[in-house]
Amino acid sequence: MTSTVPIINSQVNPQDVDFIANAENMNALVQDLSHQLERIRLGGGDRAREKHLKRGKMLPRERIRALLDPGSAFLELSPMAAHGMYDGNAPCAGVITGIGRINNTEVVVVANDATVKGGTYYPMTVKKHLRAQEVAWENNLPCIYLVDSGGAFLPLQDEVFPDRDHFGRIFYNQARLSAKNIPQIAVVMGSCTAGGAYVPAMCDESIIVKEQGTIFLGGPPLVKAATGEVVDAESLGGAEVHCSTSGVTDHFAENDQHALQMARDIVAHLNRPEKQTPALQPPRPPRYDAEELFGVMPRDTRIPFDIREVIARIVDGSEFQEFKARYGKTLVTGFAHIHGYPVGIVANNGILFAESALKGAHFIELCNQRDIPLVFLQNITGFMVGKKYENAGIAKDGAKMVTAVACSHVPKFTVVIGGSFGAGNYAMCGRGYQPRMLWMWPNARISVMGGEQAASVLATVKRDGLQARKQDWPEDEEKAFKERISAQYEHQGHPYYASARLWDDGVIDPRDTRRVLGLGLSASFNAANDKGRFGVFRM
Amino acid sequence: MSRRPFQRILIANRGEIACRVIATCRRLGIETIAVHSDADRNARHVRMADISVCVGPAAASESYLNIDRLIAVANNHGAEAVHPGYGFLSENATFATRLAEADIRFIGPSADTITQMGSKAEAKAVMEKANVPVVPGYHGNKQDIDTLFQHAEKIGYPLLIKASAGGGGKGMRIVQKAGDFAGELGSARREAKAAFGDDSVILERYLSRPRHVEVQVFGDLHGSVVHMFERDCSTQRRYQKVIEESPAPTISEEQRQAMCQAAVAAAQAVNYTGAGTVEFIVDDDGSFFFMEMNTRLQVEHPVTEMVTGLDLVEWQLRVAAGEKLPLYQDQIRSRGHAIEARVYAEDPNKGFLPGSGRLKHLSFPQSNDRVRIDTGVEQGDEVTVHYDPMIAKVIAWGEDRTEAIVALRQALQHVEIIGPADNTGFVEHLLQHTMFENATIHTATLDQDLQPFLPPVEPSRLTVAAAACSVLAAQERAARAAQLATSDAYSPWSIHDGWRSCHSGRRVIDLECGDRHYSVDARGFAGDYELSFEDSSYRYQFEEHGDFVNINCQNTTHRARVVSADGVFLIHNGQHRFEFKPHNPFAFEGGSEAKGDRVVAPMPGKIVSVVVNSGTEVAEGDPLVIMEAMKMELTLRAPRDGVVDQVSAQVDQFVEADTALVTLEK
Repeated sequence: MTSTVPIINSQVNPQDVDFIANAENMNALVQDLSHQLERIRLGGGDRAREKHLKRGKMLPRERIRALLDPGSAFLELSPMAAHGMYDGNAPCAGVITGIGRINNTEVVVVANDATVKGGTYYPMTVKKHLRAQEVAWENNLPCIYLVDSGGAFLPLQDEVFPDRDHFGRIFYNQARLSAKNIPQIAVVMGSCTAGGAYVPAMCDESIIVKEQGTIFLGGPPLVKAATGEVVDAESLGGAEVHCSTSGVTDHFAENDQHALQMARDIVAHLNRPEKQTPALQPPRPPRYDAEELFGVMPRDTRIPFDIREVIARIVDGSEFQEFKARYGKTLVTGFAHIHGYPVGIVANNGILFAESALKGAHFIELCNQRDIPLVFLQNITGFMVGKKYENAGIAKDGAKMVTAVACSHVPKFTVVIGGSFGAGNYAMCGRGYQPRMLWMWPNARISVMGGEQAASVLATVKRDGLQARKQDWPEDEEKAFKERISAQYEHQGHPYYASARLWDDGVIDPRDTRRVLGLGLSASFNAANDKGRFGVFRM
Repeated sequence: MSRRPFQRILIANRGEIACRVIATCRRLGIETIAVHSDADRNARHVRMADISVCVGPAAASESYLNIDRLIAVANNHGAEAVHPGYGFLSENATFATRLAEADIRFIGPSADTITQMGSKAEAKAVMEKANVPVVPGYHGNKQDIDTLFQHAEKIGYPLLIKASAGGGGKGMRIVQKAGDFAGELGSARREAKAAFGDDSVILERYLSRPRHVEVQVFGDLHGSVVHMFERDCSTQRRYQKVIEESPAPTISEEQRQAMCQAAVAAAQAVNYTGAGTVEFIVDDDGSFFFMEMNTRLQVEHPVTEMVTGLDLVEWQLRVAAGEKLPLYQDQIRSRGHAIEARVYAEDPNKGFLPGSGRLKHLSFPQSNDRVRIDTGVEQGDEVTVHYDPMIAKVIAWGEDRTEAIVALRQALQHVEIIGPADNTGFVEHLLQHTMFENATIHTATLDQDLQPFLPPVEPSRLTVAAAACSVLAAQERAARAAQLATSDAYSPWSIHDGWRSCHSGRRVIDLECGDRHYSVDARGFAGDYELSFEDSSYRYQFEEHGDFVNINCQNTTHRARVVSADGVFLIHNGQHRFEFKPHNPFAFEGGSEAKGDRVVAPMPGKIVSVVVNSGTEVAEGDPLVIMEAMKMELTLRAPRDGVVDQVSAQVDQFVEADTALVTLEK
């Protein structure tokens, strides 16, 4: 008997005026994203790039290309980091991170971009580096550090040096990752000064490039100041010294290409364990074109639409085995496959009610029971409010879903496809709930509540305060106040603002969603699931 | 019904000729004993033979030329006869004598005939006596200018003055007219004296555009001699035949008859038995002269077999067994035209340096009535430095010469070799040359100016695109195949399109073709690619159908053949072949070794002599080591002034390319 999995039957009409207008809106957003990314990929500007090349060094993105298997995808993490921060001086936060493949093994690559302020660490650089290590930790992926950095960005030392999740954490992580048998490999392709010197030193195996790489705790100027000793960089800590005398590095490379080939050879001999994959199906593309996601998503977030239209354009064969279809309808749950991997999908289809939350908690438990990874499609304005709902205990039902999400042991992936507001963010596996990866669409918004709601809430509070003091609040002032709050929320809730601060792993073209999820799922199976326990569900 | 000439024979040879002899023996029901050296332990002729015996180490002098061993093996294994093939002991009178003493038949003429024809002077004398025309000349001892001049007048001009002791062109002069004779003689003598310490000279008619035409003859022990018409082997390079054909395209029917008659007369003059070849040199005006007689089966004998339909090895066996010649002269006919091309492991773009190494890919066209492949190797076999680097002979037949040329070109297109460099592209190109088509190539043409005959080294953009597309497709296939073998069989990570977020993905294909480097930026996947070259980009649709590909650009689809092995792609666009290798981006020049301290073997070969010792002071350009690879002798010279530190080269040692032979002190 052949099983018949229900297929989502799309109801949208691509000729529809609304559909076309939606598509144009999304297209403009994606175009802008694409332009932003293109600019970011150039790194620190023409002059810095020329200087870099003139030294006989490869640009960091070319290094990554040469390091990875020919044609390997590179799932870059947070390329928009530091976007609009530090006076725009740190594109990509000066470090490129992501997952790629070497000899068919997924690895995490952390590559300093020396064309961006000499590859020095801004606060967001540190955050990005640590996030890459976290990805390596969670997914059990070897780390390759392509080091070319002057160390901490000194003017902001208070934001990069002292705290728990600051510079020192990098080396703490290296030690802990190594202890967990997650290989740590450094390729020293430029400076590794001061704290930076510990990156190769803390690695399991390290390569250094002749006449390019240097490693020292104190550079020549500092040495001269401290002890009066006059020494050049090469004899202080060049490749020859570290490979022949100090033993800080293990392999001597003639140039960048050679070094990268050596790194590839090292990975080829890592003897990584076989992945623990769930039962696979041969992948099939969705029945509907991913391009149509542009028209499916309403250009106005307040207009409701059927989330199944999105699911139909992401999952294999548009096949979706829905769970509890008639119950708690504002949350859609069900089983599907992405690139052949079984997944449980949790997707918003309106505001969260108590039943939706209960359904969500139930479904998440099912997926954990069955070792099926979870994909959250987040488009949520929040939980229902009001006396009826509060009195019925929506908070405890919401808490059940939050508990289920928090205690899930299966890999979780979140895509913010629309709004991400309030406690809905928690129940739908926001950043705080440690999804393996979290991506945002360029139309998405993220904040504690919507801009308008925030404006009215704050205006109400303020007006109440003024009234208590018997003061008047002219209407135009109130309007201006509301607009200011609204604008602030709009600015801070924008995906670029979010991505700049690493609240996500990147803003993506909706058409790439299936691929990004597939790559993330595949990488996640490198780590074995720890079967954990769920916390107390408040009944 | 013919009978089996022998029960069992030994084949004292290797390579394609050993295999070719085995094939006939098998057809006739004769068991074969192959011999081999250590280096040939797994060679094709060993695999083919019924019995095979190792006769010594790699060096031919200790194996294939080891008469004692060969006779012992023949005795031990009950061989009634020995087929010597060509080369090695095929024209060795001692071997023939020793076999006779051991009561084993030598498949070839008598030892006396071999000796007689082995001496150029004696052969010439015999031929003159038999009224076979020889190149007019004077080889006498009287060296006074008057005697020489008298002979010069008799020979006619232009004529050649050569040092008696000569070689290598030293003391050689061409005299165009009588008035120049005295002057040219003087300088020839001075040069000869300086070079050889002997100023005596010989005089010969100078043939300015000589063609090489040879006649196949056969004699039996009963006194019959027949010919099997001629072969033209004028397309030569450094006395090595490149292309051979029959009939000869430039001679008239009368000349053909005259030459064949002369050849039969020559053979009869020495009571010739077995297969032999009488080589003539043919002048512009059609006059022909005896050059020499080869007392063996020639490399190019398949050409004759294709036009006559005869099996020359069978004839050899029957004659050696004492049978009469299978056919009378008037029963032997030549039909159509056959051409043979010799495929060697040698690099036309590097002065035909012989190569060695594993044949990572080797494929030939299907043999049929019109196409014949004689080879001693198969894919995976090794071409070694020890022996002739021939890979195969490709022979094609057509109703006429034009058809035969086309057939051979078609056949050569399907000769695909990845491993050591080979000359297939060169012979293909040669066949397309108008001088070959018009049969105006003479024996010195290629040596005078090779350049016009070398195939183009620069591939067209479309060919580069085909190579790049093949690499892209291969990458995709390899990634997919590797993935399927894992527990994560369908991972999207195996989609190798270079994907990046918000970006179609870019791959860089770095290829080398000869000494050119191509860096192609590629976008796309699964046969739909946009390739960016230095100055422009184009969209290509690429489909693979077995070994053929179709590549479409701007509404035009081209077909090409692509085979690959070990990352090397061989592309044949219908006209020419190009080999693309992955570019090695970190091939360091010089490296850490200071330039000019080490002298390395530029190619695999044998050390002939070592001129210096440790401590010898040398000036830049001084000879250090002389080595030999096939028919070339190579002097390795000091790269700079200095003192020799170490000498690791030893005389008679076989060395691989890049072996350090001499080190200079720093």
